[in-house]
Amino acid sequence: MNAVTKPLATIGRVTLGFLALIGRVAIFAGQSIAHIVRPPFYPREFLTAILNIGYFSLPVVGLTAIFTGAALALQIYSGGQRFSAEAVVPQIVAIGMVRELGPVLVGLMIAARVTSSIAAEIATMKVTEQIDALVTLSTHPMKYLTAPRVLAATLVVPLLVGIGDVIGIMGGFLVGTKQLGFAIGPYLNNTWNFLEMSDIVSSLIKGAAFGFIAAVMGCYHGMRSGRGAQGVGRATKTSVEAAAVLILAANFLLTSFFFAT
Amino acid sequence: MIELTNVHKAFGPKRVLDGVNLTINRGESMVIIGGSGTGKSVLLKCILGLMVQDSGSITLDGEDTSKVERDAFLARFGMLFQGGALFDSLPVWQNVAFRLLRGSLAKPKEEAREIAIEKLRRVGLTPDVADLFPAELSGGMQKRVGLARAIAAEPEIIFFDEPTTGLDPIMSGVINDLIREIVVEMGATAMTITHDMSSVRVIADHVAMLHAGKIQWTGPVGDMDNSGDPYVAQFISGSAEGPIEAVR
Repeated sequence: MNAVTKPLATIGRVTLGFLALIGRVAIFAGQSIAHIVRPPFYPREFLTAILNIGYFSLPVVGLTAIFTGAALALQIYSGGQRFSAEAVVPQIVAIGMVRELGPVLVGLMIAARVTSSIAAEIATMKVTEQIDALVTLSTHPMKYLTAPRVLAATLVVPLLVGIGDVIGIMGGFLVGTKQLGFAIGPYLNNTWNFLEMSDIVSSLIKGAAFGFIAAVMGCYHGMRSGRGAQGVGRATKTSVEAAAVLILAANFLLTSFFFAT
Repeated sequence: MIELTNVHKAFGPKRVLDGVNLTINRGESMVIIGGSGTGKSVLLKCILGLMVQDSGSITLDGEDTSKVERDAFLARFGMLFQGGALFDSLPVWQNVAFRLLRGSLAKPKEEAREIAIEKLRRVGLTPDVADLFPAELSGGMQKRVGLARAIAAEPEIIFFDEPTTGLDPIMSGVINDLIREIVVEMGATAMTITHDMSSVRVIADHVAMLHAGKIQWTGPVGDMDNSGDPYVAQFISGSAEGPIEAVR
């Protein structure tokens, strides 16, 4: 192989590897959906996943949203002053949180908290032969481990996004009314009147998509973990990286779909 | 009867199984011996379908294991894993009764719990262990719970993967005796993989030695010491001198 063909071969190998990875992830996601709709179902595992992904994520989602909403209000007020547009703080906080920051921040928080936890748990189960044990006990690992987590994340993350949106708007409201001198009634009116149903629907749909991505990435990398502590660590790290990048990419695509008209 | 014919399995360039031929008769306790990394666990996983052999056939009572209905096939097996492989998130009794709580063998929860406690008693554990989590148990207790799980659904065939690894000699003896008693009592077909010779002498009816991807020698456990096979002789004696290379 000469100096000209060697770089081409490397590019080809990397491209093929990347395409193969996309194919594997797509097949895994498709299999996850198939296992969600086909019995047997594991309601106990599903409820546990609802608790872990939804309820126990509330504190981190709430704290992230309130500080982001508060900072957003300050930024809009400060930036708006440059062209005498301070009055739009309630509207921009609302639209910014609901359309963009709420879903993305909740998605990234879920990627950090839930994807990592799912990947580490399943990877540990793999290296300690618990996945093999499931098979010998006539239980399909994807049905028992993946399907409940993916379904729970897809259903629960939109709720978290909704809660995050409200808390984020409240963060902006607190800063706006306590620090920036907005009156309570007009602030709330401006927020409520400015939002449209499509803003809220797009926010929730983004949440569902991000929840699905976060859970699928955790399960996929956990199931494909290498051996030992290093394998578990690598699976966890890769799952979070992949989930975060895919969430941001999906956010762009969904935003283009909903609003770029 | 489990029959393996010319089974091959390789991982990249490494040939782990290189034409394995082996028959395990119904009700027999077969122990596979061999050094670390010789493919004993791979052999066992190929039989269970956890890995797929590259070539060769594996049959159970004359039926090709790759073509049978998986749930019905697996329902005939119980397995004790090397590290126990207990589910951390479930209490001990739910680990033992896992198969009895879901799937085709599902029973009411109370009945499943009673069976789990009875199986725990059978392996020498008291009922108060039932509500503990696996992380709260010692290594020996985890092995016993794994054994209780393996026998919970009264399988026809039980596999034991390195049942005494990591245990002290007394606990190893207890586990070996338990395995032998349970296999005889249930009339089950058993296949054990180990490199612990004390386990072999207690558990085995027949012994097969796996080396370099092939069955090097097989015969009744009583013939093992006088097999005339230099590989078996070296393995039993634990000598560094002989046909098996000490550095692998």
